[in-house]
Amino acid sequence: MGCCGSGAEFAALPPDARAKGEEVLLASRIVADGVRQTDLSVPAIHCGACIRTVETALGGLSGVESARVNLSTRRVTVRWRADAIPPPFVETLKLAGFEAHLFDIESDKEDGTLSELIRALAVAGFAASNIMLLSVSIWSGADAATRDLFHWLSAIIALPALAYSGRPFFRSGWRALSHGRTNMDVPISLGVLLAFGLSLYETVHHGPHAYFDAAISLLFFLLIGRTLDHVMRERARLAVKGLAHLSARGALVVQADGTQAYLPVSEIRVGTTLMLVAGERVPVDATVIRGASELDVSLVSGEHTPLPATIGSQLRAGTLNLTGPLTIVATATAENSFLGEMLRMMEAAEQGRSRYRRISDRAASLYAPVVHLTALLTFAGWLAATGDAHRAVTIAIAVLIITCPCALGLAVPMVQVVAARRLFESGVMVKDGGALERLAEVDTIVFDKTGTLTSGAPRLVRSGETDQGLVAVAAGLACHSRHPYSRALVEAAVGHPASPVRFDDIAEHPGYGLEARAGTDAYRLGRPEWALADSAEAERISGDESVVLTRNGIHLADFRFEDRLRVDAAEAVAELKAIGLGVEIVSGDRETAVGSIAAELGLPYVAAVLPGGKADHIAGVEASGRKVLMVGDGLNDAPALAAAHASMAPASAADVGRNAADLVFLRESLSAVPLVISVARSASRLVRQNLAFAVAYNVVAVPVAIMGHVTPLLAAIAMSGSSVAVVANALRLKGRQGAVRSGTASKQLPARPVLGAAE
Amino acid sequence: MTDYFYLIPIALGLGVTALAAFMWSLKSGQYDDLDGAAERILHEDSDAPIRKKSPTP
Repeated sequence: MGCCGSGAEFAALPPDARAKGEEVLLASRIVADGVRQTDLSVPAIHCGACIRTVETALGGLSGVESARVNLSTRRVTVRWRADAIPPPFVETLKLAGFEAHLFDIESDKEDGTLSELIRALAVAGFAASNIMLLSVSIWSGADAATRDLFHWLSAIIALPALAYSGRPFFRSGWRALSHGRTNMDVPISLGVLLAFGLSLYETVHHGPHAYFDAAISLLFFLLIGRTLDHVMRERARLAVKGLAHLSARGALVVQADGTQAYLPVSEIRVGTTLMLVAGERVPVDATVIRGASELDVSLVSGEHTPLPATIGSQLRAGTLNLTGPLTIVATATAENSFLGEMLRMMEAAEQGRSRYRRISDRAASLYAPVVHLTALLTFAGWLAATGDAHRAVTIAIAVLIITCPCALGLAVPMVQVVAARRLFESGVMVKDGGALERLAEVDTIVFDKTGTLTSGAPRLVRSGETDQGLVAVAAGLACHSRHPYSRALVEAAVGHPASPVRFDDIAEHPGYGLEARAGTDAYRLGRPEWALADSAEAERISGDESVVLTRNGIHLADFRFEDRLRVDAAEAVAELKAIGLGVEIVSGDRETAVGSIAAELGLPYVAAVLPGGKADHIAGVEASGRKVLMVGDGLNDAPALAAAHASMAPASAADVGRNAADLVFLRESLSAVPLVISVARSASRLVRQNLAFAVAYNVVAVPVAIMGHVTPLLAAIAMSGSSVAVVANALRLKGRQGAVRSGTASKQLPARPVLGAAE
Repeated sequence: MTDYFYLIPIALGLGVTALAAFMWSLKSGQYDDLDGAAERILHEDSDAPIRKKSPTP
């Protein structure tokens, strides 16, 4: 696979900053004496053979104690001996055919809420089943003494269960009430507590009807909804936050006495001198005082061609130093750097964004007052009609129990969990359910160009005259550099015979190119004006996007590079247009570069936009009444991602952008965008159906309850029936699942797992 | 009626046992990777949870 004969030599060169040893070290934690644990997110794992391939590949590395794949979360947990240097996990997985992202342990703090919810759910389930068992014999006509005994037993089981499992609802309901608001948990808590209180009263006075079963099974069903909702958000939060950091955590500072120290970014002042080696990101805005190199600015400004940097060049925080070491002087602190400016713009954009209210909250704000008013009126009505306070209270509580938003509590989270699960299987992480609701309303999609519509990495443009033999020679040189053009050459040579020329004395001249000797010949690969002896010929070849291979100054071949569209960008865009969405491109790259991509896709575009301009453009579109989905990856997209109605970012995006986006897609394919839209739309349809069903159920059940005909048996049947119906409806969600899975599965299945399965 | 005095405790005892068993399995990480467990049954290797596997030197 590698260009230099053995794959290991190529793997020894880190593909980029995120794979470096210290990065692995920073993102690991000590789990036992001398053993460190690293978590990797590997979205392409999808079958038993993958598990085996990944575990064998990682387990074979020296220093690795154990590797275990978690298929549900698509993560690998690797334990390695802390005294060794970090093994090359990411590179190994890449060679095995899997794209891996380093997981940050720090953001993986154990959250107690989920386990509390699951324990509450288990207790409620236990209590509900046992009380229901006792209730069935009561409904079947147990005699008075048995009934009393069973009521007491139910009360004894229900009280601790209620106290334990009801806490999430009581807490949230109380919090809302103490702020003078009302939410779904207020009618729930009230209904459950009143039902229990009334049942206890009935039990003490040997009454025939007790609602212990209703109170507890209500809690049980609602806890299911609550737990699912939490599971979904938690998983996405971990998956997104755990992706590797792209911004610099610290920098090598040259102190006044000439010594060097690694200091966190926050301690860098204006005027501090910093050392920046190749492969590191610029921590703060700075000026170059020594050295020459080339910078990858695609995440910062959207320009896809690397920019040369020499003495006096101004660097923006977040750009990646590609080829040579630089000595730079900070011209701004971290907060005043480009990154800090983006964060402030994001905050401003978020304030401007209309505050979206979740559909369940909107339903609750209508539902709770109506329910409470109905119960109150029922009580007043029966009291006035019969003068029997006990009967009036009983019927009013029956109304509260019947209207308790059991189906409503499940209606929304159930659908969203199923939708998130579908998207997760296709490599898309949803931050929260509200994002799905907002996505369904979207009617315009704005794409960033570099890194979003395009893959962000240049590729060799193959013309008819490109000689594969010369590509191999160039690749033999290029595999010693981390410049994007070099990598593109190496990539182009994969699968072809290796270079016949053996190189010695390979040297990289930052800002110019590579030089090497083979026997008596001097080979150069780099900028035309540097590599070619004849300057007239050099002028013929444009310098920014071309690289020339020469022998002793004589032209051998020239290679042109282009930032290419993602594989299925055209299909994805066509699909989006076909379902009637407006699609446009807003990019910070130059007019010509954006124009050619836009023409290829047939889209309107705006080029050379400043970061603030992107957010303003989105705000302008939103002001005209349209709802925008922003898809972007760069630092310069972050304000726009925050300003848009909904937003999406690829996993390769800058940290800030990834955290601002509602959804993150982990796979290369842009088909994630139409998939997300279609899933969000069918989810929204199902949510509406479920809400309509919950309302219809109440329209039928409430009059019966007001008339005083609801017995505990009827309440139990109505409640369970409606919950089951809502859940069953949610499971109907399909989206475009079938088509996408078969499409991506064949592409992402690398050859090695197939072999692994066959052995 | 007297039958209840041993039948009901037995019923509740069974329920509590099941609840305790569930709580234990939850705590010991048996629900961490449901999809993976389904696939691992196809391989002959040991599939002990990772915590059991790591030897402390």
